Amino acid sequence: MSDNTSLLASWLQFLPTLLVGLRQSLWIIAAVIVIGLPLAFCLALMVMSKRRLINAVGLVIVEVGRGMPALVILYLVYYGLPRFGLNLTNIASVIGALAWNYSCYCSEIIRAGILSVPKGQLEAGQALGLKPRITFLRVIAPQGLRSTIPGLMGQTILAFQDTSLAYTIAVPELMKQAYSLGGESFQYLRVFVLAGLVYAAVTLPSTWITTWVERRINKAY
Amino acid sequence: MEPLLVVLQGLPLTLIVTIGSFILGAILAVPLSLGLRTSILPLRLICRLVVDLLRGVPMIVWLFVLKFGISSPEFRLTSLEAALLGLGTISAGYLAEIYRAGLQTVPRGQYEASQALGISRPIAFFRIIAPQAVRIVSPTIATYFIGLLKNSSIASTIIVAEMVFQAQAYARQNLSISGVLPYVFAGLLYIALSVPIAMASRSLDERLRKSVI
Repeated sequence: MSDNTSLLASWLQFLPTLLVGLRQSLWIIAAVIVIGLPLAFCLALMVMSKRRLINAVGLVIVEVGRGMPALVILYLVYYGLPRFGLNLTNIASVIGALAWNYSCYCSEIIRAGILSVPKGQLEAGQALGLKPRITFLRVIAPQGLRSTIPGLMGQTILAFQDTSLAYTIAVPELMKQAYSLGGESFQYLRVFVLAGLVYAAVTLPSTWITTWVERRINKAY
Repeated sequence: MEPLLVVLQGLPLTLIVTIGSFILGAILAVPLSLGLRTSILPLRLICRLVVDLLRGVPMIVWLFVLKFGISSPEFRLTSLEAALLGLGTISAGYLAEIYRAGLQTVPRGQYEASQALGISRPIAFFRIIAPQAVRIVSPTIATYFIGLLKNSSIASTIIVAEMVFQAQAYARQNLSISGVLPYVFAGLLYIALSVPIAMASRSLDERLRKSVI
């Protein structure tokens, strides 16, 4: 392709390939959410647990998961686990690594949300003779989790951007497709700017929705 | 111990990228956060779009645009320059949003009081409003700094020889079990580096709170 093709024409040429990559990125983030959110809830419960052992295990998982860069976690999973006999495909590696990282951040958001529920609610539940488990699941958790929704959405947008790290282990997601197109056409600037715009086309509306949800939730109280 | 020493060789560059881009971002964020609050609508919308784009496009894409996109025989950024510029401007986007949130929490009465005292607007901003805002957002800024420290690892993708890059180089040469160790050490180093920052930020926050009340 020559340099004098118009910008729009070259973008139209790149777009279909990038959209194939975007679909892969969206699959990854969907899997990360499906695995990460329930895991985050469990981790939050573990960290809040009064039993020393459960609490300690939860803390270690969360602090290591949040303390290491996502890229390092990804390399550890992808290059590390096969050494211990666990062979994952590159896509499974990126889903596992990002889900761990994501669930650790989310567990802190969930924990803060649950802790923000006034203690009186727990006491009221007890006074009514509700079992602790029921009080937690039906009274505390619904109130606490409601306020965590904008935070979790924001974290999900960040995790979606982290799917671009999968490029480093050759997962054919959006960034990898962009890099391949750049290599074929030597129009790196045009390709990467378009890739950036495709990412922005997902993240910007998501950010606006998050802000809107945040406002609505704050208003209701 | 060899893998640990190899990873440590990347430590200076990790710190240079983190601190350098943080300083750049902290400065650039000042005009940007004022732009987010200005009453001039077009200017505000432009600043909002810039901040949202900086925060909404993955870091690796920014770095690739700077390193591989903008390159011609006359003008070429080195890897370190691209990393500093990329992470710096992205930080500006995040920090501008943090500054804006901080400025918003300063009660309106403070502006009105400084006006009533006849204090000029710039002086009121820098001596009265900004210090109060800084107090409120200092823990958030520390959290962002720790996040930036970890994100500096992405500079390894454009061949900045920081800790993760060193770990990768060593791992490629030693495919036995020791190939995993550099990543483990790199990960632990990031944790070890962020703990003191978190502790310092907590004590700073407590001191600032005390000086207000």
